[in-house]
Amino acid sequence: MEKTKKKFQINNISLLITVVLFVLMFAFGSVKYDNFFSISTFLNLFNDNAYLMIAGIGVTFVLITGGIDISISSTVAFTGVFSAYLLQKGVPSFAVILIVLVIGIIVGVAQGALIHYFNMQPFIVTLAGQFLMRGLCVVVSEASIPITDPFFKSMALNKVAIKLGSAKAASGKLYYYVFILLAVLLISLYVLKYTKFGRNVYALGGNETSAKLMGLNVARTKICAYAISSFCAALGGVVFSFYTLAGYGLQNMGMELDALSSAVIGGTLLTGGVGTVVGTVIGAMIQGIIQTIVTYQNLNTWWTKVTIAALLCFFIVVQRIIAIRAEKMKGKGESDSYK
Amino acid sequence: MKEKFNKLSQKKAFWPVVIFLVILLFNGVVSGGDFFKLSIVDGHLYGRVIDIFRNGSKLMILAAGMTMVLATGGTDISVGSVMAISGAIACSIVNGNILPGLNGNVVVAIILAILAGITCGFWNGILVAKIKIQPIVATMILLVAGRGIAQLVTQGKIITITSDAYYFINGGYILGLPFPLFIVIFLAGVLILFVGRTSFGLFLESVGCNPKASKFAGIQVDKMLLVIYTISGGFAAVAGLIESAGIKGADCNNAGLNIELDAILAVAIGGTNLMGGRFSIPASLAGALIVQSITTTVLAQGVPAAYIRVLKAVLIIVICLSQSKEFKEMLTSHKAAKKRKAVGE
Repeated sequence: MEKTKKKFQINNISLLITVVLFVLMFAFGSVKYDNFFSISTFLNLFNDNAYLMIAGIGVTFVLITGGIDISISSTVAFTGVFSAYLLQKGVPSFAVILIVLVIGIIVGVAQGALIHYFNMQPFIVTLAGQFLMRGLCVVVSEASIPITDPFFKSMALNKVAIKLGSAKAASGKLYYYVFILLAVLLISLYVLKYTKFGRNVYALGGNETSAKLMGLNVARTKICAYAISSFCAALGGVVFSFYTLAGYGLQNMGMELDALSSAVIGGTLLTGGVGTVVGTVIGAMIQGIIQTIVTYQNLNTWWTKVTIAALLCFFIVVQRIIAIRAEKMKGKGESDSYK
Repeated sequence: MKEKFNKLSQKKAFWPVVIFLVILLFNGVVSGGDFFKLSIVDGHLYGRVIDIFRNGSKLMILAAGMTMVLATGGTDISVGSVMAISGAIACSIVNGNILPGLNGNVVVAIILAILAGITCGFWNGILVAKIKIQPIVATMILLVAGRGIAQLVTQGKIITITSDAYYFINGGYILGLPFPLFIVIFLAGVLILFVGRTSFGLFLESVGCNPKASKFAGIQVDKMLLVIYTISGGFAAVAGLIESAGIKGADCNNAGLNIELDAILAVAIGGTNLMGGRFSIPASLAGALIVQSITTTVLAQGVPAAYIRVLKAVLIIVICLSQSKEFKEMLTSHKAAKKRKAVGE
């Protein structure tokens, strides 16, 4: 009981730092630049990063189980290219979306099964998965394919206007596809918090051996986690093709790192057992705001990468220090009880 | 004779070398002998086989460093980014973009670039050994930041250079053989001697098998990890120099892109267990040559380059499966069941 309490503390501290950081960055931007402080700047974080957030939510499941999934960027790209290719061939849009989502699930199940049944390292398997999907992208099409399907277009271009006042800063817009993100967020929140599967995921990440000895179905939980990750990546890919209205095989190189850093910045422990999907979304928002500030400042876009890496490093080190302190405290407690 | 063969075939590098020779032979037969044609122009050897060695030199250097990292049960996915950094620094200095006081001194440029790589490796080592972050995550930080740093060094441009001394790193010849090959022989030779002649190699295998037990046995695990990641960073820097000398410039976006998987694949083909433990540097070198020759072969057959990625992904899964204890057990139990069935009949 005490242990779970402590873990939640770690989680809360990380999340708290993240939220404070976000508010500080937003405040910094608002003070420094004209026209920065507005609802639309805030909402654009969702408009521009919805696909990243969806993929990040998926990967959070895997991270909580203590694994890692670096194949998601390729899955996003493959989904984009393959759906564009199918649409070009005249397949109806709902069938296309169904097909790519099913492909996502299959990829995830295959990776999960290899990792679980053959005890292979998650990063090697998903690295191979990354190469496989990226290779298949180019096999499908080397060139960028535009999407002209009316349904995709309507998803891409229609938006909901949000007005909180008469001032210019108080109005913004949300594209339709952002609601997919909200749905994914709510469902995953519910699944992780209130279902047996969700608790199994946390238990697995806390300690796989004890989870097994407790009689949890480790195989099913693990494979499901990887399936969810790849499914979310595929869904993210669909959203990405709404966003760009094109499919291109070399899109989103290195996005898996953005998704992983979102999760880490949002308080997910890479050793497993601790993490929230809300944190991941906030982590992605921080990255979005760094991007926005870099754009406003008219800097080299590579500054975004460097800043995010520095932030990632900072959070990982903070996590480690907290974890080491928690371990020491636990050690003290144990020695006391032996007296 | 047979005894000799048995002894030879027990060497870890034996099968990778045989596979490499078979791939070469296949190429030779398909191309009708053109593949093996060596020509001597100006006292330099030219030919497809020589090209494989020359182009594979970067991968061989990376694989040598990566072998040690993987043998500890870790991984270093930042090598590609470190290559970009070292190339960017060396070219910027030779070009006079940074430190113009040096007048583009090639030797200083090379030394500084390698020092930068060593610093990167040291940074990885600190994160892994001292702060105890999982290797993949620790090296991922540099993977993300590295290309950014390289871009900042070159100010986002592709830098081109004109310096015959610098070109020599990739295109030079000594005794008719390409210069990169000598770099490989030197670096790998030193490493093999170091690992084979000192207790370092033994300790390394021990750390890879069981870090906790090794620590209790008195091995300074943290220090070893630090050294190994530093070596990997330094080697990556050298590979970056060869790459940038090859394209006669620094292209931060593409230098060493995705080469980390090739390096891991090369080590895996060499038979080093990716979970840590048993390792062999010569076998990894042969593995690197296999990866390079596969790339050359596929390109020579006119297959689109994209398929190489798919092929490599499948290869790495197959090799990992063959190393997996669970998979072996599944196969043997299947065989045993078959046997039992046969006996029953």
